[in-house]
Amino acid sequence: MQVHPEAPVQEPRPVQRSEIALDGVERRFGRRSTVVALRGLDLRVEAGEVLAVVGPSGCGKSTLLELVAGLQQPDAGSVSVTGATAYMPQRDLLLPWRDALGNAALALECQGLGRRDARERAGALFARFGLAEFERARPSELSGGMRQRVAFLRTLLPGRPVLLLDEPFGALDSITRTSMQGWLAGALAAEPRTVLLVTHDVEEAVLLADRVAVLSPRPGRVVAELDVRLARPRRRRDALGDPAFVELVRRALDVLAVGA
Amino acid sequence: MRTFPRVALATLLLALVLAAWQGVASLDSVDDLTLASPAETATALSDDWSLLMDNAWVTLEEVLLGLAIAVVAGAVLAVAMHLWQPLRDAAYPLLIASQAIPIVVLAPIFVLAFDYGMGPKLAIVALICFFPITVNVLDGLRSTPAELLKLMRSLGASRLQTLRKVELPAALPSFFTGLRVAASVSVIGAVFGEWAGADEGLGRLVLLANNQLQTPRAYAGIVLLTLMAVALFALATIADRLLCPWNREEAKA
Ligand SMILES: Nc1ncnc2c1ncn2[C@@H]1O[C@H](COP(=O)(O)OP(=O)(O)O)[C@@H](O)[C@H]1O
Ligand SMILES: [Mg+2]
Repeated sequence: MQVHPEAPVQEPRPVQRSEIALDGVERRFGRRSTVVALRGLDLRVEAGEVLAVVGPSGCGKSTLLELVAGLQQPDAGSVSVTGATAYMPQRDLLLPWRDALGNAALALECQGLGRRDARERAGALFARFGLAEFERARPSELSGGMRQRVAFLRTLLPGRPVLLLDEPFGALDSITRTSMQGWLAGALAAEPRTVLLVTHDVEEAVLLADRVAVLSPRPGRVVAELDVRLARPRRRRDALGDPAFVELVRRALDVLAVGA
Repeated sequence: MRTFPRVALATLLLALVLAAWQGVASLDSVDDLTLASPAETATALSDDWSLLMDNAWVTLEEVLLGLAIAVVAGAVLAVAMHLWQPLRDAAYPLLIASQAIPIVVLAPIFVLAFDYGMGPKLAIVALICFFPITVNVLDGLRSTPAELLKLMRSLGASRLQTLRKVELPAALPSFFTGLRVAASVSVIGAVFGEWAGADEGLGRLVLLANNQLQTPRAYAGIVLLTLMAVALFALATIADRLLCPWNREEAKA
């Protein structure tokens, strides 16, 4: 269990435990802390749930993920996470001097595995990630979608139960994005994890998540939560013809438009 | 990259310089003893070849060993300064001060303190080369993107793992920048060292030939010293391209 120092003394937990719980979180930046990125943010993610966070750009989505990942500390409020987190940053951040296999293996090396063992274990998953034959390719030789899959593999390899994904498909063209969304939905169906997914794409949020939290513009806080009571995994082409799906997307867009 | 026009232009420029040099040296008013022509220099190169080579090896050895000392000491100090802030704050002014010392004056003192042998020359070459290497490695280590450091923290990497797997590779191109600068000044260091007192080496040969009015031989020595510095610079550049291919790929992208 991982509790950040600001968390208050632990009370007995309720029966249904949240994997992630943020209470009254505030985070400020800048000289004399004048930029308030997040204020009064409450959020819960249950075990095995996929929660999507949408919000306008600059509203503090990346900050929120880094708080949960323990890379930043809140200025007020508490952040508590049960279980280890795997954080996938907004940019793929592949090391240009390592090949694709070496980049994926990095996560295992950091856990103390030897270079060769790490490469072997990462290599076993390359085909499943659609990366077969590209083990020795340098990041500069990979397409955007492949780079993203290598970054995914690096995130998933340590086997941590909580996934924190920061706009994982934001940099991809729309065709690649659609296929990667389908791939992630399938991967999560095959191997469920608790997921906190940040995106600025409302359709993507409703497509992938069990629940969508909408953030206000800066300072970010949750202004609406939408339950997506549709079976996962969902295929985009089916979802687009589903009135329930379309209605949810419209409601989320309405909330965003009011906040802006 | 259009290599051919570049090579052609460089060759043309070199030919122009040589022609001008030959022209001036051939003027009646110019004494053969003050200025040797390219042709005379070439003759001296072939006549004195074995003498020149024997001395060139000595100088090359001083340069390479001095460079090696500077690389090891500079890289170690840079890493230590990077890992430990108090050392960085304390050592930086000293590092700058070490560059303010006029090497020309220092050389005879070194020779006096040690002897006529290899020691003082290595010390001087290393002292000259140490600064560009330390400063560039330190700079490279410190300019590792903050996002990469954050990524390593999220992967649970230790300080040493982050250093080995991210910061050191990221600093490699900077190291080679430093090595190129060091390579081009290293030969000057060896020559200063030899001038202060030596019984062999190209620098000493040039000085001796000059005193004995064997101007073409002195010129031949200078040509070899220049070639040595250029070759070292080129080697550092080639090593850079072989070991950091990503650096050029990224610049292109
Ligand atoms: N390290 C930082 N220093 C200063 N300001 C920051 C820092 N990180 C984020 N911010 C500010 O906080 C706000 C939220 O940033 P971010 O979490 O990256 O937003 P999002 O991911 O939603 O686009 C922005 O206004 C940004 O400028
Ligand atoms: Mg962001």
